[in-house]
Amino acid sequence: MMIATFAPEIGHFALVLTLALALLQATLPLYGAARNNTALMALARPLAVTQVLFVAISFAALTIAYIVSDFSLTVVASNSHTAKPMLYKISGVWGNHEGSLLLWILILAVFGAAVALFGRMLPMPFRARALAVQAMITVGFLLFTLLTSNPFDRLDPAAVEGIGLNPLLQDPGLAFHPPFLYLGYVGFSIAFSFAIAALIEGKVDPAWARWVRPWTLMAWVFLTIGIALGSWWAYYELGWGGWWFWDPVENASFMPWLAGTALLHSAIVVEKRDSLKSWTILLAIITFSFSLLGTFLVRSGVLTSVHAFATDPARGVFILAFLIVVVGGSLALYAFRANSLTPGGLFEPISREGALILNNLLLSTAAVTVLIGTLYPLFLDVVTGEKGTVGPPYFNGVFIPLMAPLIAAMGIGPLLTWKRADLKAAFQRLIAVAIITVVVLLVLMIWIGGVSPLAALGFALGVWLVAASIGEWMIRVGVRDGAGLWGRIRRLPRAHWGMTLAHLGLGVFVLGVAGVGAWEDERLAVMKVGESQTISGYTFTLTDVKPVPGPNYTALQGVFTVTDNAKQIAILRPESRTYVNPPMATTEAAIYPMALRDLYAVIGESAAPGAWSVRLYIKPLQGWLWIGVLIMALGGVVSLTDRRYRIGAPQRRSMIKDPTPSAQPVASE
Amino acid sequence: MPVRFFIPLLAFLSIAIALGVGLFLKPAEVPSALVGKAAPEFQLPALDNQVKGLSRDDLAKGQVTIVNFFASWCAPCRVEHPQLIALRDAGYAVHAVVHKDTPKNARQFLDKLGNPFQLIGTDNDGRVSIDWGVYGVPETFIIDGNGNIIYRHVGAIMPDDLTEKILPFLAKVQS
Repeated sequence: MMIATFAPEIGHFALVLTLALALLQATLPLYGAARNNTALMALARPLAVTQVLFVAISFAALTIAYIVSDFSLTVVASNSHTAKPMLYKISGVWGNHEGSLLLWILILAVFGAAVALFGRMLPMPFRARALAVQAMITVGFLLFTLLTSNPFDRLDPAAVEGIGLNPLLQDPGLAFHPPFLYLGYVGFSIAFSFAIAALIEGKVDPAWARWVRPWTLMAWVFLTIGIALGSWWAYYELGWGGWWFWDPVENASFMPWLAGTALLHSAIVVEKRDSLKSWTILLAIITFSFSLLGTFLVRSGVLTSVHAFATDPARGVFILAFLIVVVGGSLALYAFRANSLTPGGLFEPISREGALILNNLLLSTAAVTVLIGTLYPLFLDVVTGEKGTVGPPYFNGVFIPLMAPLIAAMGIGPLLTWKRADLKAAFQRLIAVAIITVVVLLVLMIWIGGVSPLAALGFALGVWLVAASIGEWMIRVGVRDGAGLWGRIRRLPRAHWGMTLAHLGLGVFVLGVAGVGAWEDERLAVMKVGESQTISGYTFTLTDVKPVPGPNYTALQGVFTVTDNAKQIAILRPESRTYVNPPMATTEAAIYPMALRDLYAVIGESAAPGAWSVRLYIKPLQGWLWIGVLIMALGGVVSLTDRRYRIGAPQRRSMIKDPTPSAQPVASE
Repeated sequence: MPVRFFIPLLAFLSIAIALGVGLFLKPAEVPSALVGKAAPEFQLPALDNQVKGLSRDDLAKGQVTIVNFFASWCAPCRVEHPQLIALRDAGYAVHAVVHKDTPKNARQFLDKLGNPFQLIGTDNDGRVSIDWGVYGVPETFIIDGNGNIIYRHVGAIMPDDLTEKILPFLAKVQS
């Protein structure tokens, strides 16, 4: 138990050592790169690797404190409890402000070490500069943690028992939501560091785009999964039956996603055509800035500050200062250096480049509209002193007109050729897809009928994108070109498979959104045991309501038997849980997912003796929404395995030997 | 160097200024859309047989009243409790709405920390809280003798809030 007793001191000390290492890494390699001093530049790698070791020790120390329930630590006492299941003791490590910062730093260090270890093909000065920038971010976060949010602060006298973790957060979906989200946020720091290093060197070329792409793609995959986990959690845990609420915290994670998606696409133009360079650099800076802004919004309480109790203005001031240094500094560097990036190949508006620019325009406009909507209450308050917010009507109102052309263009874009394309010819190749879309839509209208224009648009876009993605794939592998098809399928680059999957996934997602939006059916009722409610053809019978014990809660469980034309489909067991530490009630929705719809039931409080208020939903195509997101993330993973982007791909070995890449002529096509 | 490259920097700086100002805005001063309007119609059952329940009519009897929304599971509620007792000791009629809580826990809370409330209604499902526009507990409202909401305090009432805002406001209303 000795180690457990002193673990917090060891953790704290390791964190301070990490700060020293990060300070060295932020300065010496940068100076070395400027002076062409190989020894100093070479320091970046061992420093980055050692750093991850010390942060890991620190993180392990905090985890031990949670596992042994060391209530002499303030964070453990205020967030944990001995009766909590082990999974939530561990997830409790990052279930609060201080611990989640430590997780941020750990992930930041892991990414830095990964660049150090796997970035062998990067030219030495470039790698030294990128790692130095990465270390500057680490320094900022370490100072923030040590000065304002130290997770190792002792509580004297120690608490006898902890307060416990908010029961809403005691959930497997949410246990893994923050780590994925942070892997995404922090992953974009690599694109940021690479962009700053490129600005310092004044050179962006196709090789740069190839280096930055796998890291960006990895971050994008993590962020996609992280956002989906959060949305899924809101869907089944909050019991409101919705999956997206446009609240500031959700928007905070969505903005970097939109900008990151734009970055992935603009980097393609840099790689293939040596064009769009300063824009891509700007996107890399903005994407990570959105990640930082997200952290700021969530932690400073500047927006969700209705209850200022949990927030500390000192933290807000620190993060704002940090934001100004990092974002303001990098944008200032951009303003002064972007002009030195030579523009590359020319192209016509109708071309692959043109399509990707359209993609970028729409995605970044979308990111800005989300930003405006999120910060609107703040601007309104600062400028006029009034209070107010924009709700889902604003977001839906501006978002749909931006996404509709994006999805329509996504069908055709991949078929356009570089430099100059024939839009008519491309569309003619997709004429079958257009016909399929119209036919499916007509069948839907006639068969089901009564679909609103908006839902019809959603279905049309979803079907169009799914069919066009498959159609493009068929054209690409030459399904009609006869023999050798299998070979052509196998030779199709993984990056292309990735694109097809990601676009297809988005199509499936759009169908899910349209389905649940168009046909969702909801019933609020007060039911007694034995009573039934019929909703969208499904009969929900409340067969029992009974108390059930849990590890750290007691629950009231309702048992619903769901039948469709007297045939039993499912038994749903929603619960209304009452936690002891901290005392709080939560609802556990019961969901029965089926191919075409989810059955969803929530049991509430007793409305009268023997009668319970319940909410029943039929959620058509809800599952498609999650599956679509999973396919998108899978597309990203498949694309990551492409030989061209594989980290440390051999064909660029020759570049290490060139110590002064900035003297190289800019590659041009 | 072309001016367009400075646009992102300028846009960010304006956001940063707004964020900076936003940090120092008093977050607790979220006015209710209901301030200046009549309190919503409601009738809540009593916490237990030791007290009486609370309804809209109790707030329109010619006397200024204070309505506090609280729950035993809410930590800030504990923090502000002494201030509510001080309000009672200053001679004001303080009523409570128990927000999503069990009568047993709420009663224990009051037995332990003291009961400043005259009338206590229980809002099990939080419906009445929604009608009042309560974001979360604690929140406190001041109602004039005609049943109109004239003041709202979001979050815990800290000692400063009591001496600098609430008591002066009450004194002004009384005079």
